[in-house]
Amino acid sequence: MAFQWFYRLGSPKWFYELSGRFLPWLSGLTVLLVISGVVWGLAFAPPDYQQGNSFRIMYVHVPAAMLAQSCYVMLAICGVVRLVWKIKLADVVLQCAAPVGAWMTAVALVTGAIWGKPTWGSWWVWDARLTSMLILLFLYFGIIALGSAITNRNSAAQACAILAIVGVINIPIIKYSVEWWNTLHQSASFSLTEKPAMPADMWLPLLLTMLGFYCFFGAVLLLRIRLELLKRESRTSWVQSEILKSHLAGYPRG
Amino acid sequence: MIFSSISDFVDMGHHGLFVWSAYGICFLVLSINVAAPILARKRYLQQEARRLRRETEK
Repeated sequence: MAFQWFYRLGSPKWFYELSGRFLPWLSGLTVLLVISGVVWGLAFAPPDYQQGNSFRIMYVHVPAAMLAQSCYVMLAICGVVRLVWKIKLADVVLQCAAPVGAWMTAVALVTGAIWGKPTWGSWWVWDARLTSMLILLFLYFGIIALGSAITNRNSAAQACAILAIVGVINIPIIKYSVEWWNTLHQSASFSLTEKPAMPADMWLPLLLTMLGFYCFFGAVLLLRIRLELLKRESRTSWVQSEILKSHLAGYPRG
Repeated sequence: MIFSSISDFVDMGHHGLFVWSAYGICFLVLSINVAAPILARKRYLQQEARRLRRETEK
């Protein structure tokens, strides 16, 4: 009884209807958080005493990197749910989230390189943090490739779930790389247990963009999942009525 | 605002090119991620609606 909601999550129709109600709120929140964080970070946060204004790249670099890692952890959790409970929706979530995570990893790497040039004098160094982040990108590519290479839906789901679970070992390596090895990369700007060393004017915008990026991820993931569900359930009556409804609303028939 | 003028803001203490390119790339990727599923959905609904109509006409 207590797990009923958990199994209902596996019902595509129910998920589709619920996510449709969440989506506008999530999108609005994303725009609000990201824009206010970015404007605050770019124009109102004080410059860093060492890095000057180049540190403002942080307000997109850090959220992208955190999202990239959180997304991978989510893939691993989906993998476990798929393997243990055989809930198909877990595989849908995994397949839909992987490309978004890969994009975010790429953004973190590219904005990091752009930040590295004025700060370290180099676009790229083979340093523990950067290398483990590059491995994360390849793990994402691996999952995406596996998912599309195997035609049997069931075996593809299983292979992706296993790769996602095995690859999660990379996440603590990324997290602690700046502590375990000597690296150019600065250590974490935020921790859950300590007060940030930055003034509030510097870290509050970062908090806003971080929350904004998470909302962005939620909204994009819902968009992708909803489309995937429509495709997978295209023979059911609820999808067909959804198709007719949207078609009639958007494109009047002459 | 922490900057004294708009040109100061754009210049970002001679780091303007780095800061603005990082933000530009980031927002380009964000918009690609938003646009892709929306366009794909539109395409899919159109195509499925056509198929449904074809099937009902038969």
